[in-house]
Amino acid sequence: MTDRIVLDARDLVVRYPGSPPVVAVDGVSLRIGAGETVALVGESGSGKSSVARAVAGIDRPAEGEVLFDSAPVSPLGIRRRARSLTAIQMVFQDPSTSLNPRRRVGDQVSDGIAAARARGLAASRPEEWFERVGLDTSWVSRFPHQFSGGQKQRVAIARALAARPHLLVADEPISALDASTQTSVAALMRDLVAELGAGMLFISHDLAVVRRIADRTLVMYGGRVMETGPTAEIWDSPRHPYTRSLLAAIPVPDGAGRIPVAPTADERASWTAIPPIEN
Amino acid sequence: MSAILTIDDLTVDIGRPLVKGVSLELQPGRIQGLAGESGSGKTLTSLAVLGLLPRQARTGGSIRLGDTQILGMKRRELNRIRGHRVAMVFQDPSSALHPQLTVGHQLTDHMRTHLGLSRSAARDRAAEMLERVKVPAAAEALGRYPHQFSGGQRQRICIAIALACDPDVLLADEPTTALDVTVQAGILQLLRDLATERELAVLLVTHDLGVMSAVADDVAVMRDGRIVEATDRASLFSAPQHEYTRSLLAALPGSRLEEDGS
Repeated sequence: MTDRIVLDARDLVVRYPGSPPVVAVDGVSLRIGAGETVALVGESGSGKSSVARAVAGIDRPAEGEVLFDSAPVSPLGIRRRARSLTAIQMVFQDPSTSLNPRRRVGDQVSDGIAAARARGLAASRPEEWFERVGLDTSWVSRFPHQFSGGQKQRVAIARALAARPHLLVADEPISALDASTQTSVAALMRDLVAELGAGMLFISHDLAVVRRIADRTLVMYGGRVMETGPTAEIWDSPRHPYTRSLLAAIPVPDGAGRIPVAPTADERASWTAIPPIEN
Repeated sequence: MSAILTIDDLTVDIGRPLVKGVSLELQPGRIQGLAGESGSGKTLTSLAVLGLLPRQARTGGSIRLGDTQILGMKRRELNRIRGHRVAMVFQDPSSALHPQLTVGHQLTDHMRTHLGLSRSAARDRAAEMLERVKVPAAAEALGRYPHQFSGGQRQRICIAIALACDPDVLLADEPTTALDVTVQAGILQLLRDLATERELAVLLVTHDLGVMSAVADDVAVMRDGRIVEATDRASLFSAPQHEYTRSLLAALPGSRLEEDGS
């Protein structure tokens, strides 16, 4: 891992219109170094995806700034995005909607290659990326519907990586896949990203997988980061009560027949009052 | 104890054989887990019970509810069982509920058909059911639409719908997979309590072995259309016999098997 920071997001606030407006993200800062995998975990509605969208420049944050390779990220508009920003790539939750059903998968990976070439990088072939993500190279001429969910997500990963990103933003990339595939796809993403020297923001509500692949973890609740630190530390000795409840809610596959205790409404109300913890 | 639902040597063929001789028995008050990866045939097995397979599917073997053979039953007869004696809960509560009908409508329809209840009696019972599954403000909730509830509440509503006609058997296919872990815990506790207090036989289909370990009494592990191992929960997790079961357990993050091996 190098000390080069690829992503530096400061004091992000994301609001959605409504009466009153919904504050989805309430002052979140995060930095990701080259070759580093940072996980963002939390329940649905905690603001994880809003952070991802602001970081990738899909939504404009109401406050705060996002620096990518030390330059501000301009939000996506109708016009073609600045070339330098194609070094931010995303992998979404559902590969059956993020891949174009009417185009051959090899052509879709070629789009990523073209983005890399436009930034002056060497050309590559879709087959090379297929091989990297563990797909049969003869499948490049197939269409998305000819793949299983896990394979489609591998195609989406190949496409994102083919653009030679400096930052990969992955929003719940494995939750649509089944258990045995989940861990292997997540591990594959982590390895490939590290190999390319890119940083990764990995968003998931699955703490078990995050534990395995992330260098650092940010735990979000109610639009704020409750606890941050090295993943192993958070897992072994969670300090914020919210992190503790979250970890305690994961059923342990030990055969003991213990149902985890769901947090009470009072506990939920108390979490935001407790200041965030930085490990 | 005698089985309420008996699946015997079930085969399902959709162009090619996908379920290749599955046998399972569901007992009242017990949760039978069915584990395996996607494509192993676990969902097809549960769908076969309610005759929900694609039209071109060919089946063999038998599925008996009590003494009645229900595999291959005519649709008209099957409709008397569906949602009445055998009910089902699916993975995604947002697509399982009709977005344009009120919760009350969806909770009373089948009660009026199957149980012949009057409109007001069905509504009273619906409110009771919502209270039982801990949906807050049950009476007002009947007038609301699915989008006005969170994912966890929606799944509770689906469970209330499934249990409204007091079924003998509940088929739950990945009932907590779409939910957050903190919400999942509450749903698992609910399933456990309902199985016990209503003598309900539950078939729990899930790939999540943590969930399996939390609530299943017995677990069958499926692979490639066959059950490779079936035993009680404690034995499965402490002393898995089949190599495939061992590999599934070893693949779990932080598993003892994994740490021993690496």
